[in-house]
Amino acid sequence: MQSASSMDTQRAVCSLSSKAAAVSIVLSMLMTGDASTVLKVLESILHSSPDAVQDNAPAHYSTVSSPSEKTFDKILIANRGEIACRVIKTCRKMGIQTVAVHSDVDSSAVHVKMADEAVCVGPAPTNKSYLNMDAIMEAVRATGAQAVHPGYGFLSENKEFAKRLAAENVAFIGPDTHAIMAMGDKIESKLIAKAAQVNTIPGFDGVVKTAEEAVTISQEIGYPVMIKASAGGGGKGMRIAWNDDETREGFRFSSQEAASSFGDDRLLIEKFIDNPRHIEIQVLADKHGNALWLNERECSIQRRNQKVVEEAPSTFLDPETRRAMGEQAVQLARAVQYSSAGTVEFLVDSKKNFYFLEMNTRLQVEHPITECITGLDLVEQMIRVAKGYTLKYKQEDIPINGWAIESRVYAEDPYKSFGLPSIGRLSQYQEPLNLSNVRVDSGIQEGSDISIYYDPMISKLVTYGATRAEALAKMEDALDNYVIRGVTHNIPLLREIITHPRFISGDITTNFLPEVYPEGFKGLQLGADTRRELLASAAALHITAQLRSQRLLGNLRVSNAPVELSRWELVVELEEGSHSVVVTKSGNVYTVEADGGQVEVSGEWNLASPLLPLSINGTQRMLQCLSRDASGKIVLQYLGTSFKVRVLSKLAAELNSYMPEKVPEDTSSILRSPMPGTVVAVSVKPGDEVAEGQEICVIEAMKMQNSLTAARQAKVKSVHCKAGETVGEGDLLVELE
Amino acid sequence: MAALSVARMSCGLLNGFRTSFRSLTPLKHGAVATAILHTSLHPDCRRYSVSHLSVKERIDKKRAAALVGGGQQRIDAQHKRGKLTARERVELLLDPESFVETDMFVEHRCSDFGMEQDRNKFPGDSVVTGHGRINGRLVYVFSQVQCLTILQLCYSVAKIYKLRITCVIFPSFCFSQDFTVFGGSLSGAHAQKICKIMDQAMTVGAPVIGLNDSGGARIQEGVESLAGYADIFLRNVLASGVVPQISLIMGPCAGGAVYSPALTDFTFMVKDTSYLFITGPDVVKSVTNEDVTQEELGGAKTHTTVSGVAHRAFEDDVEALLNMREFFNFLPLSNQDPAPIRECHDSSNRLVHSLDTIVPFETTKAYDMLDIIQAIVDESDFFEIMPNYAKNIVVGFARMNGRTVGIVGNQPKVASGCLDINSSVKGARFVRFCDAFNIPIITFVDVPGFLPGTAQEYGGIIRHGAKLLYAFAEATVPKITIITRKAYGGAYDVMSSKHLRGDMNYAWPTAEVAVMGAKGAVQIIFRGKENQAEAEAEYVEKFANPFPAAVRGFVDDIIEPATTRKKICRDLEVLASKKQSNPWKKHANIPL
Repeated sequence: MQSASSMDTQRAVCSLSSKAAAVSIVLSMLMTGDASTVLKVLESILHSSPDAVQDNAPAHYSTVSSPSEKTFDKILIANRGEIACRVIKTCRKMGIQTVAVHSDVDSSAVHVKMADEAVCVGPAPTNKSYLNMDAIMEAVRATGAQAVHPGYGFLSENKEFAKRLAAENVAFIGPDTHAIMAMGDKIESKLIAKAAQVNTIPGFDGVVKTAEEAVTISQEIGYPVMIKASAGGGGKGMRIAWNDDETREGFRFSSQEAASSFGDDRLLIEKFIDNPRHIEIQVLADKHGNALWLNERECSIQRRNQKVVEEAPSTFLDPETRRAMGEQAVQLARAVQYSSAGTVEFLVDSKKNFYFLEMNTRLQVEHPITECITGLDLVEQMIRVAKGYTLKYKQEDIPINGWAIESRVYAEDPYKSFGLPSIGRLSQYQEPLNLSNVRVDSGIQEGSDISIYYDPMISKLVTYGATRAEALAKMEDALDNYVIRGVTHNIPLLREIITHPRFISGDITTNFLPEVYPEGFKGLQLGADTRRELLASAAALHITAQLRSQRLLGNLRVSNAPVELSRWELVVELEEGSHSVVVTKSGNVYTVEADGGQVEVSGEWNLASPLLPLSINGTQRMLQCLSRDASGKIVLQYLGTSFKVRVLSKLAAELNSYMPEKVPEDTSSILRSPMPGTVVAVSVKPGDEVAEGQEICVIEAMKMQNSLTAARQAKVKSVHCKAGETVGEGDLLVELE
Repeated sequence: MAALSVARMSCGLLNGFRTSFRSLTPLKHGAVATAILHTSLHPDCRRYSVSHLSVKERIDKKRAAALVGGGQQRIDAQHKRGKLTARERVELLLDPESFVETDMFVEHRCSDFGMEQDRNKFPGDSVVTGHGRINGRLVYVFSQVQCLTILQLCYSVAKIYKLRITCVIFPSFCFSQDFTVFGGSLSGAHAQKICKIMDQAMTVGAPVIGLNDSGGARIQEGVESLAGYADIFLRNVLASGVVPQISLIMGPCAGGAVYSPALTDFTFMVKDTSYLFITGPDVVKSVTNEDVTQEELGGAKTHTTVSGVAHRAFEDDVEALLNMREFFNFLPLSNQDPAPIRECHDSSNRLVHSLDTIVPFETTKAYDMLDIIQAIVDESDFFEIMPNYAKNIVVGFARMNGRTVGIVGNQPKVASGCLDINSSVKGARFVRFCDAFNIPIITFVDVPGFLPGTAQEYGGIIRHGAKLLYAFAEATVPKITIITRKAYGGAYDVMSSKHLRGDMNYAWPTAEVAVMGAKGAVQIIFRGKENQAEAEAEYVEKFANPFPAAVRGFVDDIIEPATTRKKICRDLEVLASKKQSNPWKKHANIPL
């Protein structure tokens, strides 16, 4: 138990955001004479020194590597973004040199700056860079890296890559090739799982020749059934059939897709679990037959089968179920001689029956929450295991300490099918690291571009607390304090999820989002109280700005005659409605009468800060001012959702009623050349779907390449130019539908 | 000057004083005498003398009439057109209850075409004038009342230019017009009111804002109306560089009327309801046989994107007026005042890390200069001037630590940020405004050179480019320059270089100061030689960096982009007391 308790202390230290506080803990421990812990903690403080590139608060994992235990001198990270940064952090802690690989557009990315060395492995498209095994192998050779950490995605579950590394005697920080192979195929993995006495979903896996055969199988299993291509990952191409007809249809689609997308026409038909939860078990195994389960992660909140919010532990599991799941996961890991970190995914039905889904033979995106509750650094463990060390811990050493929640912050528009990717430049970006017990894993910084080439994830926001309620409250705070400008992001959705009564009570399934928002996500729905708060905040902010406009400094030749008012009559337009508002001010406190109620708003009123910390009727609220213009338009982020309001004086509002409504002219469907030049590249062809901001073609003029982008999401109607062609200013290039 | 102003003021108080060319001559007092004599003979006076009303009642009646302008019907009509009345505009533009109106009782003096009839007289004569406050700061305002329809415009315009189409236009004008709608057209009295507040603004030293909604010359008044125009033009010119003059076009403005806005410092327009043209579509049709709509000929879009006549357009009257308030706050009241400093919440020491990665590694790749500007200035608050015209140069106002600054930047995103005719003229005019009104100029340079080609050469890029060069060179306000990337050739010299008395010239590490890009240079230096690529690499090594300029002191420092805001704010503090003057001259001779 010694190791577990020292882990606790270390985590506590690392979760403190200031070193001074950590030092005081060390001092108090010195008094109690726990010398070995003190040393370890001191070490952890030293190693967690804020790095030069990004001053991140210490993460919530803390196992301190012992310097005597030599692993590798240099590790190459065959990935990008947050996971590359995550791995580099642990490598630094362990004193290991790091090599980043990057595509040309990523040459100034955070992971590149953090690494000791960086190698460009190709142009932006992933198949030419991050999936380019030849280039990455070349980088390994050139830099003399002894091991490669693949992160997740890209080459992490690519057996070919693992083989090539093995052939050159470079360690692959992950499981052995045979485990990757065994678990990589849905059908095979289920067979292995069955053999290892892991609960599997009743079903059929293999080649289904005809629709009738599919119907027979489905009837045997019992409806509802799920049909999908055996080789398809996650929930891609998954179809649910509730009767024979739907089975036939599902068979047709899935077999076509299997053949066309994967070149592998095997199908999977299995029992469809109604109201399922997605709960996964983190396993950790070494090369000496030791395997541990590091508790579960609840990942039921998904959209289009991609996880959005995860937590550890799950509210749903009792210790018995947890143990049963954990033990089966370990059985499976042992069955394939698994080493390194891996994840066994289960579907759990409402009666706590659980069924094996698949095993991910890599570090999972959501691994930080497991690190938070167990205190283990999974990346460090992976590196140790890859070097051949045995696990230091026993199953009974693995604690569940507190509760951790992870929100995946994406650059996407949550109002469109719970999230369609958006791109852009992060003109302003501030992670809420000023809060304690918040961990942000990100690979971007202010000024970074979110491009179409890669995953639009901005960061993983993890909060931690002694209880779930504490972690949730912290998450609310963290989301409110998170400043992201320049791209559309999904914070409105995240905040709505974590404050939804069903989520708070733990009543969730993988269908949570479609069930809770059957009409699609619409943002926070204002009630009478919240509306009044919002109106009051907007009105007070408007008055603050108005008053500031009158405050001129210096000696004035013509004396100023500022309007000395302490009472204002305003009209605030919000969501189609007009609200008359009366504001009175005393000191920094505004009293606002709106919609028949009174709201008191006070705050620092810093007009330059993106954050607007207010006290509204005595409650602390963190609002954000996204924009504010001269004509009274203000965009406020309130409780996660951004609201457009317009604040006008009573007079201006009255006069504004005479103003005609303008229909914005649509010029977005035609793209003309803004200058004479040469077409360098045309990135679209007729019939393509383009996202807003996506590159359509590149024109070179004056030796400068200018990327022309789509003004809105649309389908390409026709293309009137081709690469190499010379175009004049105003020439029609592309028409959109 | 003072004598002239006083005389003008006293004249202005006299109802019915006839504006004439003579009134601008130094012989003021004689003119006053004549005016008095003339006034006593005015037909109005006779009417007053037989009135049963007491003077008090008459005052009240006139005042009430002036306040409703052309009458409730016409107010409603104006609203229906999506426009505000002259008085509503003034009320919205100025601080509440700050407007002090002058000349409410002025009436026109025309006695032809039945204009002398009482029903054709409105107190105030189609323009509201006076002074007030915007955010507590003094401003003089005139706001023209309503508009004529376009046919009458054409007529008046045709008259001015003595085109022989009068007969074509006139009949239709008769049918379509309500003769009583002459509001907004410029009469002698109307012009006299405007002149009066302009003179006052000059003596006090405060800006003039004109809300133009004018039907052109008042035909019925003939030459007197033309004289009125010229009086205003002259004052526009004399006030130029003394007090800021802003025109907000809020309705049709045609013929002679357009030249007053053109002479002011800034012209703003309201989309869909405002037009500016010398001659309307009908005249255009009859003279050049071109078919063109009002909107195409002189609408906000035309003037803010094609002609460069207007500096910015707004959606509607309310938005335009609220934006004027915002814009006004950037400007000093006169050339005697320093750039205003507003209370600032944005730390002057703020580091802008996003700038460290903004310039792409590939020198041929574009980025948005606006991103740099917005990241550096206070609160990302940048009031761009001419955002849709000659977009390869960005100009506008912002604040640094509260102090107004003028920003000029090449825009690599558009035409590579090269200098061409339009961008040179746009930049030059802006720089000259800043210099005239003590506003420090911050220049962001990423310029590959002047745009080559016959279109540019035939268009006179040499003399137009010279304007920008001239403007930067003669400017004596604090000048801070940041070279973000390319500064090639003559364009490097032009863009507020050290050689043109730049006070602080910085280079980012990505800066390349050279005569031209590597490829072109190598082709010339090593013409016909092999190993062009090698030579190019050598050239890049030697010149594609800030050192050649830095070792010669042509840039004062090479700075980390993140520190740019901090550096500029500190420099501005120091340069606030900068004193520099050009040799005495009557006036300089900018290559127009």
